[in-house]
Amino acid sequence: MKNKKHLLPLFMAGAMALSAGFASSAVQAAEPLKIGMITTLSGGGASLGIDIRDGFMLGLKMKDGQLGGVETQVIEVDDARKVGNAKQIASRMIKQDDVDIVTGIVWSNLAMAVVPSVTRAGKFYISPNAGPSALAGKKCDKNYFNVAWQNDNLHEAAGQYVTDKGLKNVYLMAPNYPAGKDAIAGFKRFYKGDVAGEVYTKLGQVDYAAELANLRAAKPDAVYFFLPGGMGINFVKQYSQAGLSGETPLFGPAFSFDEGILKAVGDAAIGVYNTSQWNKDIDNPANASFVKAFKETYGRNPSLYASQGYDAALLIDSAVRSVGGDLSDDDKFRDALRKAEFDSVRGDFKFGSNQHPVQDIYVRIVHKDGDTVTNKIVSKVFTAHQDAYAAECKL
Amino acid sequence: MLTIELFLEQSLNGLQQGVMLFLMAAGLTLVFGIMHLINLAHGSLYMIGAYVAASVTQASDSFALGILAALAAAGLTGMLLEFSALRRLYNRDHLDQVLATFGMILFFNELVKILWGPQALFLSTPELLSGTLEFIPGAPYPSYRLFIIGAGLVVALLLRHLIIHTRVGMLIRAGATHREMVGALGVNIDQLYTIVFGLGAMLAGLAGALAGPMLAVEVGMGEKILILTFVVIIIGGIGSVRGALVGALLVGMVDTYGRAFLPTIMRELLDPASADTVAASVSSVAIYVLMAVVLIWKPRGLFQAYGS
Repeated sequence: MKNKKHLLPLFMAGAMALSAGFASSAVQAAEPLKIGMITTLSGGGASLGIDIRDGFMLGLKMKDGQLGGVETQVIEVDDARKVGNAKQIASRMIKQDDVDIVTGIVWSNLAMAVVPSVTRAGKFYISPNAGPSALAGKKCDKNYFNVAWQNDNLHEAAGQYVTDKGLKNVYLMAPNYPAGKDAIAGFKRFYKGDVAGEVYTKLGQVDYAAELANLRAAKPDAVYFFLPGGMGINFVKQYSQAGLSGETPLFGPAFSFDEGILKAVGDAAIGVYNTSQWNKDIDNPANASFVKAFKETYGRNPSLYASQGYDAALLIDSAVRSVGGDLSDDDKFRDALRKAEFDSVRGDFKFGSNQHPVQDIYVRIVHKDGDTVTNKIVSKVFTAHQDAYAAECKL
Repeated sequence: MLTIELFLEQSLNGLQQGVMLFLMAAGLTLVFGIMHLINLAHGSLYMIGAYVAASVTQASDSFALGILAALAAAGLTGMLLEFSALRRLYNRDHLDQVLATFGMILFFNELVKILWGPQALFLSTPELLSGTLEFIPGAPYPSYRLFIIGAGLVVALLLRHLIIHTRVGMLIRAGATHREMVGALGVNIDQLYTIVFGLGAMLAGLAGALAGPMLAVEVGMGEKILILTFVVIIIGGIGSVRGALVGALLVGMVDTYGRAFLPTIMRELLDPASADTVAASVSSVAIYVLMAVVLIWKPRGLFQAYGS
C-alpha cells in the first residue's frame, strides 16, 4: 500500500516526459510545494535510500501531507547509485518538473555531481546524508544545506573517544577511495596515540582473511575501521570468526552498524563501539514520537538514515511555515532554513556558518536487547561539534 | 615482522580463497568450454544459493539443510534458465550472450530484492564450526574456513571422478571437443547441456551457501566474485576443470600474498604514507598482472580442455 502510493508521483514524472499536459492537469492544488527526491532504491545500497525515503515520507505524513501548511508533492526517482542517472534525473526535475527543493542523495560522489547543478539553477538542495568536504568548505553554496553531518564528523568523534579511553596503539582500516582516506584523516584529527597499522583495502572487497591475520600479528590495542555497506558486514563477521572480538575492541562509525546491518551481522557485532549523531534511545519527545511512528508505520526499527530523512522533512516544514507558504522570495526562505527552527530527533541542532550541522555526537555500543541486536548510547563525545571545513566556506 | 607462523596462516587463507573461487570457476568453465556460452548470470546463481541457504537455515536451524536447499534451488534455477532462455543463445555470437545474461543479472537482482527485501540477510556460522583451531602456534584459525577448504577439496575430487570415470563425464569430454559427432551417435545433446548447466549452477549455489556465514548475503554479491572467476578460468584455460582448480589456487594465493605482504615490503622501500597507498593499489592489480603473464606465456591458458 505504502509503496504504491509513492509510485504515483514516479509514474507521473514518467508521464510528464511524454505529455506535459497530462501531468499538469493531474495537479489540482493552487501551488503545491514540489520536492524532488533522488535516492538509491535499487541495487547495492538500496536499504540506505529506502530508509531516507521512508523517514522523509513519515515526516510528511505526520504533517498530514502538508509541509509548512502547503500541499506537498514528492517526486521520487531511483538513481540506482549511478552518477549518470542522478545527474539526468536532477536536470529533469529542475527543467521539466520545476521542483522547489531537491533532496535524497545517499552517496558523496553522486552529491558532488548533482548539488552544484541544482544550486546553480537557483533551487535548494537539502542533503539528508552525504556531506563531502568540498561542499562544506570551498565549494559551499548559499542554497545548499546539510541536515545530516559532514562526512568526517563521526570519524572525528571516534578518534576523540579512542583517545579518551586511553588506547594508544590503534590499527586503522578503510577502503582505498576518497571517502576511505577522508575517514582515516578525520579519525587522526582527534586521535593522539600511535598507529599500529594503516591498511587500505580494495573497494567492494569481500574477504578479509589476509588483513585479519596481519592485524592479529600487529597486536594493536584497538581497531578502527570504516567499511560501509556489505564490506562492513563481511569484515565484522570474519573478525568475530577469527576470534578477535574477545581480544581487541573494534570501533567504527555508525554507518556499519545501522539496524539493517545489525540484522545481517547478528551476535558477531555485539560489543562494537560506534559513533553516531543519533540513536533511537536519545531522550526527547520528538525522537520518542518518531521512533514510535516509524515502527508502527514500517514494522522495523528506524536507522540513522531514516532519522536524517525525517529531520530533512521537518526542516523544510519549519522553513515553509515561517515564510507563510510563500516561496517566491529565495532570500527569506533561505533565512528561514538557516534558523533550523524544528525539533530535531537528535535534540539540539543548529546550522554552522557553512550550513552544515553543529551538533552533539555520541558513542554507542552494540548489545543484545531481548532477541534483537541493537545500539545503545554509552556517552556523549562531542557537544555542539562543528566540522573542520567551515572556515574555508565564504558565505 | 614476517614470521613463519604468519606465512603459514596466510597460505591457508590463500588456499581457502582459492577453493572458494574453484567452486565458482568449475561450473563457469564447463559451461563456457562445452556450450561456448558466456554466462554472466553465473554470479546470480551464487546469490540464489546464499539467499536460499540463509532462509532455510534460519527457518530450520540446520545449516546442512540450508546447503541442500541451496544446491537444489540453484540447480533447478540453472536448468530452468538453460531450458527456457539460454538454449536459444548457443548459436548466437558472444556479444548477444553477454547482453542477454547481463539482463539476467539485473532480473535476478531485482527478483531477490522483491522476494527478500533490500537489506542483507543473516546467516550465522554453524555452532560446531564457529570457534578457532590453534594448530599454528599464536595464530588461531577459524574452523569454518578449514571446513570450506575441506569441502572444496572433496568437491574437486568428486568432479574429477565424475568427469574421468562416469558416462556423463565421458559425454562431457566428448561434447566439448566433438559435439556434432556425439550428437550423430545418438546422444541427446540438449539434455546433456541442461544437465551440465544444472551441475555448474549447483556448484555456484554451493559456493554461495558456503560463503553465506562469512560474507554479507546481499543483492549484487554475485557480481563481486564473478570478475575474479573469469580471471580464474582464463588463467586455467577455458573448459578445463583441472585448469579451473590450478587457476583458482594461483589467483587465491597471489591475491592473498599480495594483500598480506606487499604493505610490509613497500614500507621497506618507501615512506609509510605512500607505501600504504602504493601497496593497496599494487595488490589490487596483482591478479591481473598474473593473468597477463600467464597469457603471454600460454595464450590459451595453463591447461587445454580435453583433447583439443
